Amino acid sequence: MSSLSIVTIIELVPLLGVVGLFILPKGSTKLIKQFAIGISLLDLAISLLMAFRFDRGVSAMQFVESRNWISAFGIKYAVGIDGIALVLILMTTVLVPIVLLAGWNESEGGRWSPRVYYALILVLETMMVGVFAATDVFLFYVIFEAMLIPVYFLIGGYGRGERAQAAMKFLLYSLLGGLLMLAAVIGTYVIATNQIGSTFDVTALSGLHIDSATENMLFLGFFIAFAIKAPLWPLHTWLPTAAKSATPATSVLLLGVLDKVGTYGMIRFCITLFPHAAHTFTPAIIVLSLISILYGAFLAIGQKDINGLIAFTSISHFGFITLGIFAMTSQGLTGASLYMVNHGFSTAALFLVAGWMASRRGSTKIEDFGGLQRVTPVMAWAFFIAGMSALALPGLSSFVSEFLVLVGTFTRYPLAAIIGTTGIVLAALYVLLTVQRSLHGPTATGNESLIDLNLREKVAIAPVIAILVIFGFFPKPIIDVLNPASHEVMTQAGYVDPQPKAGK
Amino acid sequence: MLTAPQLSYSLLAPILIVLGGALLGVLVEAVMKKGSRAAIQTAIAIGTLVLSFAYLIKIHAQTSKTAAVSSVSIDGVGIFIQGTILLLSLIAILYIADTDNFAAQASAVPGSEEERTAVLAGKQQTEVFPLTLFAISGMLLFPIASDLITLFVALEVLSLPLYLLAGLSRRRRLLSQEAALKYFLLGAFSSAFFLFGAAFLYGYSGSVTLDGIATAISINSGNDVFLLIGIVFLSVGLLFKIGAVPFHSWTPDVYQGAPTPITGFMAACTKIAAMGATLRIFYVGFGQAEWQWKPIILTIAILTMVVGGVAAIAQRDVKRMLAFSSIAHAGFLLAAVLALNTDGLKGALFYLATYGFTTLGAFGVITLVRDSSGEVTDLNRWVGLGKKSPLVASVFTLFLLSFAGIPLTSGFIAKFSLFTGAYETGNTVIVVVGVLTSAITAFFYLRVVVMLFFTDPKSDSVSVVIPSIMTRAAIAICAIVTIVLGVAPSLLLNTAQTFATFIR
Repeated sequence: MSSLSIVTIIELVPLLGVVGLFILPKGSTKLIKQFAIGISLLDLAISLLMAFRFDRGVSAMQFVESRNWISAFGIKYAVGIDGIALVLILMTTVLVPIVLLAGWNESEGGRWSPRVYYALILVLETMMVGVFAATDVFLFYVIFEAMLIPVYFLIGGYGRGERAQAAMKFLLYSLLGGLLMLAAVIGTYVIATNQIGSTFDVTALSGLHIDSATENMLFLGFFIAFAIKAPLWPLHTWLPTAAKSATPATSVLLLGVLDKVGTYGMIRFCITLFPHAAHTFTPAIIVLSLISILYGAFLAIGQKDINGLIAFTSISHFGFITLGIFAMTSQGLTGASLYMVNHGFSTAALFLVAGWMASRRGSTKIEDFGGLQRVTPVMAWAFFIAGMSALALPGLSSFVSEFLVLVGTFTRYPLAAIIGTTGIVLAALYVLLTVQRSLHGPTATGNESLIDLNLREKVAIAPVIAILVIFGFFPKPIIDVLNPASHEVMTQAGYVDPQPKAGK
Repeated sequence: MLTAPQLSYSLLAPILIVLGGALLGVLVEAVMKKGSRAAIQTAIAIGTLVLSFAYLIKIHAQTSKTAAVSSVSIDGVGIFIQGTILLLSLIAILYIADTDNFAAQASAVPGSEEERTAVLAGKQQTEVFPLTLFAISGMLLFPIASDLITLFVALEVLSLPLYLLAGLSRRRRLLSQEAALKYFLLGAFSSAFFLFGAAFLYGYSGSVTLDGIATAISINSGNDVFLLIGIVFLSVGLLFKIGAVPFHSWTPDVYQGAPTPITGFMAACTKIAAMGATLRIFYVGFGQAEWQWKPIILTIAILTMVVGGVAAIAQRDVKRMLAFSSIAHAGFLLAAVLALNTDGLKGALFYLATYGFTTLGAFGVITLVRDSSGEVTDLNRWVGLGKKSPLVASVFTLFLLSFAGIPLTSGFIAKFSLFTGAYETGNTVIVVVGVLTSAITAFFYLRVVVMLFFTDPKSDSVSVVIPSIMTRAAIAICAIVTIVLGVAPSLLLNTAQTFATFIR
C-alpha cells in the first residue's frame, strides 16, 4: 500500500472530465469543447508539475504507487515512472490539448455527437498515461488492449472514407498481437508463480530464470504484439489504411502516442524481462528495422495521398527507433527514446497541417496542392518546418535523436548504421519532393482562393513548432532525463557500452 | 431386512425445494383460473429459486460431505455451480415471465384453427414455469452427482423438460418444433452413449461411484480397453450437452428454433451444469488415467474452438452466431478439464459464472429486437441499430466485447484465469490455440459491432420494443455483472478460489 501518486491524479483527471462532459447541458457544443480542452490543459499543468518534481539523478522508478487489484493472481495497480516514461507522458499531455484545439470542428459530422468524441479522447488520454506509467505487466496489458476500443470508435465513428473497414483492420491486427502477448503474459506469470510467487511486478519478473527455449517464445509473444503496434515491416499494413481514414487528431494520437506504446514496450518488457532472448533475436530485429527504414522511405516517395505519405514516413521512423533500441547501447536507447518524442511532435505537425490543407482544398492528393506558399504562406511555412523535422534537418530536434541512434548503433553494429544512414537520404527525397509539389511551383487550379491559418490554428501549431526548434538547439534537458533510465535498462539487460574505437 | 438409507435431507434441500416448487406449479396449472396463472407461476418460480439459494447459502459451510449414500457429493465446486445455476435461472425466469414468447397452447398443431382460437381467447398456458423448474432441479443434481446412476438420472431430469421447452416458441412454430425433435433424438442418442459408457466403466471397476472408478484406476494400470471405451462413451454424452465438436450439430438449430428466453436459459445453465458434471467426472473419476484421455480431449477442445470460431463467421442469424460462439466457448472451457489443477478449476468456475451472465444478457437483448411479426434474428436487419436505439446497441456491444475477451470486461479475466490454469500444468498448445481462436471469434463479434454502429439503417430495419420491467432488470443485472467482474474480479474470483475443491 502506498499513498496516491501524482501519476494516478494525471490518469484520473481526464476520467473525471468524461463524467463532467455528460453532466454538461445538452446542445452547447462550444461549451463541451471548451470544457474538454480545459480538462486537458489542467492535466498538462499537473504533468508539468510532476516533471519539475522529477529527480533526474535517480535511475529507479519515481512517484510509485501500488495497490492490490486482483489478489488471487497477485495483480496490482502499480504505477511509477522513469525518465523514458516521463517524457512520453509529457508528450501525451502536451499533444492532447493541441489536437483538441487543432481539430476544433472534427467532432461534427461524425456518427455520434461531439460529446462522445471528446469523451473518447479523454478516456484515451487516461489510458495513454496509464500505459506508460504501469509497472505491473498485467495492468499494462489490460490498458494496452482496452486502448484499442476508444481508437476503434474514433476511427470508425469520426473518420473519412472507408472508415469502418480501416477501424476493423486496425482492431483485428492489434487484437491478434495482443492475444499472442496474452499467452506470453500467462507464460511469464506461471514461471513467476513457480519461482517467486504470484506477481506481475516488472522488476520482480526481470529476475526470473527462464530456460532459453521458453524465453525465446515468451519474448516473441511480447515482441510481435509491439511490432504490430509500432509497425515494423511486415506487420505494418494496417497503419496506412488507418491513417488515411482517421481524422487528423486521431491520427496524431494514433501514430504519435499509441504506436510509441509498442516501442516503449520493447524497452520496458522485451529487453528487461527477456535479455537473453533479446540478444538472440537482435540480428533479426536489426534486419527488420533496416528493411522498415528503407521500405517505408521508398513507399513514401511513391505516395500520392498526403496522409499515406506521413504513414509511410512513420514506418521508416519506427525502423530507426527499433534500430536504436536493439543497438543495445545506452546512447542508442536514449536516441530512440528521444526519437519517440520527436516523432510524436513532428508527426503531429505534419498531420495537423496536412489536415488543414486537406479540409480547405477538399482533397488529400498531393498533386491537388501546389503553390500554397504564395496563397497561404503561414500554412506553407508550418508544413515546411514539419517536413524539415521529418527529414531530421540539423537545428530541429529530430536531428539530435537520429544522430544519437546512428552513433549508438555504429559503436556496436557499424554496417547497420551505414545502411540506416541511407534512410536519411531517402527522407530528404520524399520530404523535398512533397514540399516542392505542394508548396511551390505554379498555383494549382482551385487553390487560388484558399484562406490561410486562422488564429486558433496558429495557436495550436505554434507550440509544436516551438518544441521542435527549441529542443533542436537545446536537447540537454530531455537527454539528461533520459540518460539515467537508458543506463538502468542496459544494466538490467547486462550490456556495457562499447568504447568508441577511434577518435581518442 | 432392509434399512432405509440415510439421505441427509438438509444437504439436498436446495434441489428438493426446486422440485417442490415445480410440483406446486403443476398444481397451479391444474386448478387455477387461466387469467391469473402467469402471475402466480412467476411468483412461485422466483420464490422457489430465492428460497433454494438462501438454503444453499445456509449449508455452504458444510462442505466436504456426501449425502444420499455417497451418490452425491456436496463440495465446494458443487455448491458454487449450484449457486451459479440458481442465480442465472432467476434471471432466466425474468425473461420467461414475458409469456408473449411462448405458444399459447403447446398441444395445438401449428397453424391450426385450434391454435388460432387459443390465441384469440388469450388462453396462455403457463406450463413453461414448472417445466423450467424441473429442468433446474436436474441441473442442480447433475454437477453434484458422484455415481454414474445418479448422473444419468440427473441428465435425464434436466434434459426431458428442455426438449419440450425448445418446442414452445409462439412464432415460427415449425422451426421450433423441428428444433425440439432434433434435440430430443440426438439427446436420446447421447444419453444412450452415456449409459453404455457407464456400463463399461462398471464392468471395468466393479463400481458405479466415481470414487470407486478412481480407486480401480489407481490399483490397475489404468490402461484397460474397458476403461477406455467407458471413458469415451461417457464423454460423448457429456460433450453432447456441452456442445463440443463433433457432437455440436444440434446447437445452432436448437438455439435458433427454441424460444429466445429458453435459448438463453439453455446456453447458460445447461452448459454450466454439464460442465460441472464433466469437471467432477474427469477430476474425481478419471484424474489418474489422464494419459489415456488427455490426447482425445485435447483434440476435441482444439476442434471445438476452431470449428466454433470459423463457422460463426459465416452466420447471418444472430442466434446461430451465438450458438457457434457458445461452441467455441465450450472449447475454451475444455482447457479446464485438461488443466487438472485447482487454478484450472478456479478459472472454470469464474468463467462459467461470467459467461452465464453475459450469455443471458445477450439473449435478453435479442428478445427486444423485433418487427411486426416478432423477433428478428437476421443480422442484416440489425444494421444501424446503434442509431435507432443507442442504449440497446451499446449494451449488446458490451456483451459481445466480453465474449471476445476484451480487457475490462468479465470475459477477459475469465479467459485469463482459465488459460493460466491450463498453462500451469504444461498445456501450452491449448493456450496458444485458445488465444489464436480468440482472435477469430473477435472478428465475428466485431463484425456485429460494425453492423450496429457503422452501417446506416435500411428501410426494413428492425425496431426495439420497450422491454418489460423484469426484462429490463434482467439485462441490467447481466450488464452490471459483466462490467463489475471485469474491473473488480476479486469479488467473485476469491470466492471461486475458496470453492475450487472436490471431495472424493
